[in-house]
Amino acid sequence: MKNYQSSDPFKEARVSSGCAHMNDQDDPVTMILRLKDVRKTAHNWKTFQSGAAPGRIVIPSEVNIRDTRQIPFEVDPPLHGAFRSLLDPWFKRPLKAQYQETLAQQVNALVDDVLKADSIDVVEDFALCLQSRALTLLLNTDADEADTWIGWGTHVFRSEDDPLDGDKAAILYDYIDEKIKASSPNPEGDLYSVLLAAEVEGKKLTHEEIKGIMILTFAGGRDTVINAVTNTVSYFAQHPESLARLRNEPEIIGRAIEELIRYFTPLTQMGRVVTQDTQVCEHAIKADSRVSLCWASANRDESVFESPNDVILDRKLNPHVSFGFSHHNCLGATHARQIMRVLIETLMAKVGSIDIIDFEENIEYLGEFERKVGFHKLHVNIHPR
Amino acid sequence: MAKITFMTQGNIPVVVEGESGSVMALAVENNVAGIDGDCGGVCSCATCHVHVAQEQYALVGEASEIEKDMLELDDDANEYSRLCCQINITPALDGLVLTVAG
Ligand code: FES
Repeated sequence: MKNYQSSDPFKEARVSSGCAHMNDQDDPVTMILRLKDVRKTAHNWKTFQSGAAPGRIVIPSEVNIRDTRQIPFEVDPPLHGAFRSLLDPWFKRPLKAQYQETLAQQVNALVDDVLKADSIDVVEDFALCLQSRALTLLLNTDADEADTWIGWGTHVFRSEDDPLDGDKAAILYDYIDEKIKASSPNPEGDLYSVLLAAEVEGKKLTHEEIKGIMILTFAGGRDTVINAVTNTVSYFAQHPESLARLRNEPEIIGRAIEELIRYFTPLTQMGRVVTQDTQVCEHAIKADSRVSLCWASANRDESVFESPNDVILDRKLNPHVSFGFSHHNCLGATHARQIMRVLIETLMAKVGSIDIIDFEENIEYLGEFERKVGFHKLHVNIHPR
Repeated sequence: MAKITFMTQGNIPVVVEGESGSVMALAVENNVAGIDGDCGGVCSCATCHVHVAQEQYALVGEASEIEKDMLELDDDANEYSRLCCQINITPALDGLVLTVAG
């Protein structure tokens, strides 16, 4: 078995029925599997609500482990739009040259370090460090904060034997509470102080609102970026010719990023709560039940993507939904894309080949489906050019 | 060489010139407000949405199925909508006027 592969467990159900069902802690979910249906559902915020009980649209549901509403993603329009207008300019900062230079320095230093080591675990020793250090840029906070976050390990909400570990989540919440209390309003400062200085719809943000934004910033970009980085390294290990091709055709890097993100789909799905009896592709859906927008399945929809299970690095038309769709599209997408770009450019410049020594896959169990979303461990040797 | 005018929000014209490549890339290079081109032009982000002037629509032609599907759910879409990453610059586009959507 080739370990870079990310299979498409939804194929049969997607083609034959378009929907599937899974039970999540006695709050069942109807999974929506086709690209068009996923898009339509994501767009219809009146019927498919994000602002349900905090934690309920996440799968597995987090209602039992948190009360803080994550913002803006658990808020519906029009308030959602007001928060996005505040946050969008901040989260677009990765487009600035200075930001990109610092990110490139971070990634270069990290790659230099792992080239010196005999072998590394890409998850712990590389992706986690990269994500944590890059997050200091996104927050505009001290670089050494990253060490604290690295110390938390790859999962903030999870431990080895529990996908929903409330005690672990509390570490993050307490940390954020402290940080907010220790900050003062400053529109030029780090994200905490920017939020303390900000207004939405003419009102200052409450502590709880700032906390909800910060939790989302920490949690939303953690596993997803780690999965994207780890899967990308494993892909290049299996496909040294791809790195060589990118070196010869640097103009395709943008397409390659989108394609790797489509293929790996770092976040499998996201839920919505149904506000009225409705239907999706002829399946009846009851009010107050949950649906999921299954990005991973939509991204392999054979009615849209040619050869959906192949990585085509220069795929020209790639209408994937890895960053979601419509109002709630990923706030951190610009940051994530920039990380991917800098990562790929650094690997192209410095790395000759990567040997996989061993690995442990991260499999999600979703009703009848098993989906590999990334790795728990990916032990490799990285050789310089 | 084609001269293309972008009408940005608030009806401010921005005139740019390009030789080749996509209209989105030209707009991004020239910092045309409202054209972000987040996905780099692979038709996955719809941050390059423009309205073509009605009388010039034939010049740029119809959107592909995949592009139409992207536009279908955009609240600002109309029958003259295009994702400008899917429009290639040619001399024939000289004088084109595009209104930035949304
Ligand atoms: S640039 Fe993303 S769809 Fe045109």
